Amino acid sequence: MFKFTLSRLLQAVPVLLVVITVTFFLVRMAPGGPFSDEKAVPPEVLRALEAQYRLDLPLIQQYFSYLGDLARGDFGPSFRYPGRSVNELIEAGLPASAELGLYALLIAIVIGVLAGLIAAMRPNTAQDYIPMSTAMIGICLPSFLLGPLLVLVFGIWLEWLPVSGWGNIPGDKILPSITMGSTYAAYIARLSRGGMLEVLSQDYIRTARAKGLPERVVIVRHALRGGLIPVVAYLGPAFAGLLSGSFVVETIFQIPGLGRFFVQAAFNRDYTMIMGSVVFFALLIVVFNLISDLIAVWIDPRLRNPSRGGR
Amino acid sequence: MALLEVTNLKVHFHTRNGVVKAVDGVSFNVEAGQTLGIVGESGSGKSVCCYSLLGLVPQPPGRIEAGTALFDGEDLLRCSRRRLRQLRGNEIAVIFQDPMTCLNPYLTIGEQLIEPLLYHRKTPRKEARQQAVALLDEVGIRQPERRFDSYPHELSGGMRQRVMIAMALIAEPRLIICDEPTTALDVTIQAQILKLIKDLQHKRQVAVIFISHDLAVVSEVADHVLVMQNGRVVEQGEVAELFSNPSEAYTRKLIASIPDGAKSAAPERRELQPHPLVSVSHLRTWFRDHSIGLFSPAAAKAQRHIKALDDVSLRIERHEILGVVGESGSGKSTLGRAILGLAPVTDGRIIYDGRDITNLSARAMKPLRRRMQMIFQDPYASLNPRMTIFETLAEPLLVHGLANRRTVAAQVLALMDDVGLVRTCIRKYPHEFSGGQRQRIAIGRAIATRPEFIVADEPVSALDVTIQAQILDLILDLVARHDLTMMFISHDLGVVRYIADRVLVLHRGQVVEEGDTGKVWAAPQAEYTRELLQAIPRLAHVQP
Repeated sequence: MFKFTLSRLLQAVPVLLVVITVTFFLVRMAPGGPFSDEKAVPPEVLRALEAQYRLDLPLIQQYFSYLGDLARGDFGPSFRYPGRSVNELIEAGLPASAELGLYALLIAIVIGVLAGLIAAMRPNTAQDYIPMSTAMIGICLPSFLLGPLLVLVFGIWLEWLPVSGWGNIPGDKILPSITMGSTYAAYIARLSRGGMLEVLSQDYIRTARAKGLPERVVIVRHALRGGLIPVVAYLGPAFAGLLSGSFVVETIFQIPGLGRFFVQAAFNRDYTMIMGSVVFFALLIVVFNLISDLIAVWIDPRLRNPSRGGR
Repeated sequence: MALLEVTNLKVHFHTRNGVVKAVDGVSFNVEAGQTLGIVGESGSGKSVCCYSLLGLVPQPPGRIEAGTALFDGEDLLRCSRRRLRQLRGNEIAVIFQDPMTCLNPYLTIGEQLIEPLLYHRKTPRKEARQQAVALLDEVGIRQPERRFDSYPHELSGGMRQRVMIAMALIAEPRLIICDEPTTALDVTIQAQILKLIKDLQHKRQVAVIFISHDLAVVSEVADHVLVMQNGRVVEQGEVAELFSNPSEAYTRKLIASIPDGAKSAAPERRELQPHPLVSVSHLRTWFRDHSIGLFSPAAAKAQRHIKALDDVSLRIERHEILGVVGESGSGKSTLGRAILGLAPVTDGRIIYDGRDITNLSARAMKPLRRRMQMIFQDPYASLNPRMTIFETLAEPLLVHGLANRRTVAAQVLALMDDVGLVRTCIRKYPHEFSGGQRQRIAIGRAIATRPEFIVADEPVSALDVTIQAQILDLILDLVARHDLTMMFISHDLGVVRYIADRVLVLHRGQVVEEGDTGKVWAAPQAEYTRELLQAIPRLAHVQP
């Protein structure tokens, strides 16, 4: 297991390197720059700024100096927020985004897995159709529509919950978490239904029933593990996406998270901030994919020794 | 009173295409300590009949229409779900056919084994573990203490079936339903498992229902036999009586279909020629064992190859059928594939018709492909489901330039006549045919290019016994008519004896014996061959 983890982490190095290189040069190729603004900046000021941020050096030299900084864990200074480093900006935005992502994920897993299970127990009946069509609506409904809808109903009409903010008024974290989690819940519901249906048709489920086990035990002990493998595979990238924040949800609910920094960085040509966010997101993806793979291996003993695996 | 009395059981499946009467008025009794054998071909309703007693038939589409099944005086078909659950695994246990898919791959075998004790008897875990380990030992699993914590994929098929048996026995049930418990196993392991079931039955006085399509197996284990066809009981009686003196035509047909006795017309037809068609010398095919990693002990590294074939030499004369027998993993399929250039050769030489074809490139092999063909075990998997039988049979003719657009239809029809397919089926797709007909199509495809040499890899293993007999006769007929040379691979010694002129016994990648079929059967030289021959179940009560 240690070997597996180590080799996966080593594989991540070239992946990250490719991501960094491609982003670095793509961003530089885009027209405009961090200091080209509507307001004309005097040429000598521009030169001074470029010298300060080492933008006057040849591109390849900039690239290697950036890599050197990265190796030391330094994302560099932000070009648009003077005096603040990208590290500081990420540190500032991460807590809110991570907390929101975590809540959204919990909601997604609990609702999604339960709905999938309920649907899989009686396929092609109302018990299946109702949660699954709800899930379909959940997938189709974008968060920029669902968010305002929830605000309208629970915040304005019913006046049960605050309409925006993060950590200021009790209950203001509920609506954004639901908005963000619902799409994921819908996906997870569909994945777990499919996984469970597949597993429930296996011969070993019949064996479990033939042993006289209560249906609850058959489902939880014998079917759930195998049925949730597709969900686990999906959760890795999903969790990385949730943690790095959502521009839409953060904007609707006025949450000081990462998502907004990232999108603004792109508009601003804030080179280091763009690079920082891309590297950060790539890291999250790598780490959470690894974690979900490790969970899959933990669930399925056949994966522990791939070459000798049976059917 | 019998332990189980089933009367007029009817189980129907309500499908989109109408009602299928899977079980249609079946009655039988099982006495305590006795074995009832149920024989029948696939689709005869023998499994559904037993599963419906335990409520294991999915409903819908299945529905129990009528009947009673009194187990110790209690009607299984009418008791509550809760009561039925109490009986399952506790009073009545099931051993399923395929140990590969019937054990949960995510749980250790120990966990699965003690479940009946935990849920029916409320046995404490520690005690359950002790009982399970003792039982694993009893069913012949070595190092039971260690195996308890193994996962199913770490065990061989035979070992898994032993676990299944232990799982059925652990709560000491009074009735065990065995559904083809040995069909997926090699003949020597089958013999061990059958003996195990019998021993345990005598020791514990349980009643057994033994479902099988294999009459010889049933004749060895059963006291009483039920013959089923199309959901109905054709005939039932004491095993000795029924097999020696069957009263129904269907039973007689089943018994007659068992390949028995040696091939007769062989010797005079085979004129020895100076050069064999195929000659293999010192063939080695080693596969790299990927489970051995960087940190494995040095001893494991020394044998980092799986020796599928290890120094195999053989000759196949023109117009003979060479039978290749061996258990799973003996390398028999690899041998066939290596000769056709479909498996890699590590070392050694393969000479075909005087030409060295060892590791020939695909391009150099192409002109030879027409002359050598293969027939596979599973006719369904090896036929393209989206091609009609016309397309399937026309393709090799057109690819090898043996027919043109105008003559192809007539040639395909001639082929269909050859393999005994009705001409009107020409536009049908594989799924519209039965297993035997599909194998006829596959054979037709193989002989379409007028090959000299055919490798048939378990061509009848997936077929029912009556169909098997027809296909074997078809193959013999075609070999004679088209002067074919054949390598016939099978794990079934009866089949090989019926069809082959000479036989080659493979064991762990090596040839342990080779000789004329009759001689090998009459006086096997190698210890392993003797073991194999002894392990074959026989219709003990029928005169040869």
